Amino acid sequence: MGIDIRKIDEIIESYDKSEESLLAILQDFQHTFRYVPEEGMKRVSEILGIPESKIYGVGTFYKALSLKPVGRHTCKVCTGTACHLKGAHTLTDIIGRELDIEPGETTKDGRFTLQTVNCVGACALAPVVMVDDEDYYEGSSPQDVLKNLRKYK
Amino acid sequence: MDNRKLQSVKEFESYRTKIAESRKDEYPVIYVCGGTPCLAKGSRAVAHAFKKEIESQGLACKVELRHKVTGCQGFCSKGPVVSFGNDIVYLEVKPNHVPEIMEKTVKNAQVIDSLGYKDPQTKKRSASFEGIPFYSHQKGMILKGLREIDPLEIDDYIARGGYASLVRAFAMVPEEVIDLIAESGLRGRGGGGFPAGAKWKSCRAVDSEVRYVLCNGDEGDPGAFMDRSIMEGNPHAVIEGMIVGAWAVGAHHGYAYIRDEYPLAVKVMKKAVEDATAMGLLGRNILGTGFDFDIKITRGGGAFVCGESSALMRSIEGKVGEPRAKYIRSVEKGLYDLPTVLNNVETWTNVPLIVNNGAQWYRKTGTQGSPGTKVFSLAGKAVNTGLVEVPMGTTIRELVEKVGGGIRGGRKFKAVQTGGPSGGCIPESLADLPIDFDSLSKAGSMMGSGGIIVMDEATCMVDVAKYFISFLAEESCGKCSPCRDGLPRMKQILTDITEGRGKEGDIELLEELCEVLSYGALCGLGSSAPNPVLSTIKYFREEYEAHIRDKRCPAGVCRELVTFRIDADACTGCTLCAKQCPQACITGERKKAHVIDQSTCIKCGVCRDVCKFDAVRVE
Repeated sequence: MGIDIRKIDEIIESYDKSEESLLAILQDFQHTFRYVPEEGMKRVSEILGIPESKIYGVGTFYKALSLKPVGRHTCKVCTGTACHLKGAHTLTDIIGRELDIEPGETTKDGRFTLQTVNCVGACALAPVVMVDDEDYYEGSSPQDVLKNLRKYK
Repeated sequence: MDNRKLQSVKEFESYRTKIAESRKDEYPVIYVCGGTPCLAKGSRAVAHAFKKEIESQGLACKVELRHKVTGCQGFCSKGPVVSFGNDIVYLEVKPNHVPEIMEKTVKNAQVIDSLGYKDPQTKKRSASFEGIPFYSHQKGMILKGLREIDPLEIDDYIARGGYASLVRAFAMVPEEVIDLIAESGLRGRGGGGFPAGAKWKSCRAVDSEVRYVLCNGDEGDPGAFMDRSIMEGNPHAVIEGMIVGAWAVGAHHGYAYIRDEYPLAVKVMKKAVEDATAMGLLGRNILGTGFDFDIKITRGGGAFVCGESSALMRSIEGKVGEPRAKYIRSVEKGLYDLPTVLNNVETWTNVPLIVNNGAQWYRKTGTQGSPGTKVFSLAGKAVNTGLVEVPMGTTIRELVEKVGGGIRGGRKFKAVQTGGPSGGCIPESLADLPIDFDSLSKAGSMMGSGGIIVMDEATCMVDVAKYFISFLAEESCGKCSPCRDGLPRMKQILTDITEGRGKEGDIELLEELCEVLSYGALCGLGSSAPNPVLSTIKYFREEYEAHIRDKRCPAGVCRELVTFRIDADACTGCTLCAKQCPQACITGERKKAHVIDQSTCIKCGVCRDVCKFDAVRVE
């Protein structure tokens, strides 16, 4: 994996050198590299002086962080209560079949990662699908959702 | 030095007068909702159409028009919403409606009723806030700002009286501010309903150089989006409340902890903090009073348990968000083991209102024990869903039937779920219960942060219990064993029941496990986890028994226990179900009855949901 060490340092440098910055730094790694690379965690440990074990603990505790690379696009199916009642489970199955992956997995070509998330706070659109944390789709017609997903390359 | 920085209270007052004056002659402002559901339904294109139309006609009509993108206007199920002040509201607006709106409403002050709300019973249309039950039964103390203020413009907030409570608060000694909040009876909107004044008082009483003020914006309850909408739509009100709180308890540093799943809220709050700092409303020597206070924004990491106060504080410190035992109070030893006041977004938003208008004014709304209003996110199977605000003490029935417009598809109202995974289900038979902190707890649920999920007869209560327990089992941090081991066990029993493997004694075993959790768990996540199970057993025991004894799901939800069939007499052969079936297992000729192939049917229920003739039967 070609991870740019300079980019890692840049992210770390942009924060105060205190433990308080740890979660934010790891989140920036996640946004920049689409995962939290091992090299990154090592650098944080060196620069902030936090044991690697602790960083690993934080890296695996929070759902927003992933130690494996995620796809170019993330498709998050909301499984909040309103979405659950309106068939989020089925919607996940249907999208999973279309992409040929289970929730939590990434397609072989690295195009999509499918995730189920707790609630994206857009209950009026239930069941709702969020792509790349920007685009929201109302999922009452699964076929329309699939059509929209095909737009992402 | 930033030249916008206001050096004194006097400078602040004259600045406000100046911007308020400059806005006096304004022509009608077009408010286009920029809340997430409206954006998803195309409000950006509507805003763009207004912009283009204004530009192309700007000279012709010789008026300067403003359109702005505001926070959530509430009526999410009917978005995009476009409104004109507090009078006119248009729903489901499309870009091609814009020229007509410009011509009639903007230029000639005419109301276009056809763009308003259509009453499902009377079929009458209305485009006034007063004439639409969804709005007319609400009381907008908190949400009013969301509908009018451009969240990205601090001047807009100041011109409408924003930050005025700081001037009042700074003129009082901190203890007076605390007394005022205590007198108002304000209770924490995050769930527990702890009196805010008492919390502030105990924090101030601790002898310490450093204290913290925190804002809990980690709205983790699935089905709740009130705090998200407030942060996105009126961020300065949250900040203003925090500054007053900091002054009252003597804190100089604050944090707002916001869910990572709310990228827009993070962005808007960050900008608001920057703008307030540039104006000298945050930072060193605020308005020349000598008082210092700053706010940092911390993004959450997607862990539900971090909504719990002690876990949230550990998470701000950059640690794993595990809670700790409650005998140590965070007002004494909170963030970095220093005295800390943590209130949620909505609670902070109430503070400026109380400081500006007084405790007696505040107590005029709501009930004796729970003054004020409460913002709810109304979701689920109601006709109208969205963000609503009603006085405390409003009944569940009023909320569901008047504001929510009843149940979608003419189905029967079965129950509401309040309080998220820590709350419970309240059956229709108790719907006349007033909504306040105490009555909901008494009924076996809780206020929670304010998610109200409406359920109809096609909702299986065992499945609902299983849903929440699975959620909590997933989110348990694993520190204490009642929660770590008890929840997966409960999940297993509930799964067995919903999949036809339930046996006699399961209900009693669930009850026993619930008891262990409520006494033994370390934090609120575990100790309130029994609520969804116990409340559904209490009010819907016969549903559990039908699953266990007859291997039957009365609501037709549990896949292993049902089959879907099309009623040949009711089917019109419209082909809609066949088109939407993800398995392509529905066949039939146009205008003739369709048939489901049971061997490939996955029982997803899409056919039943899309059928307009109620021809899909669940057996």
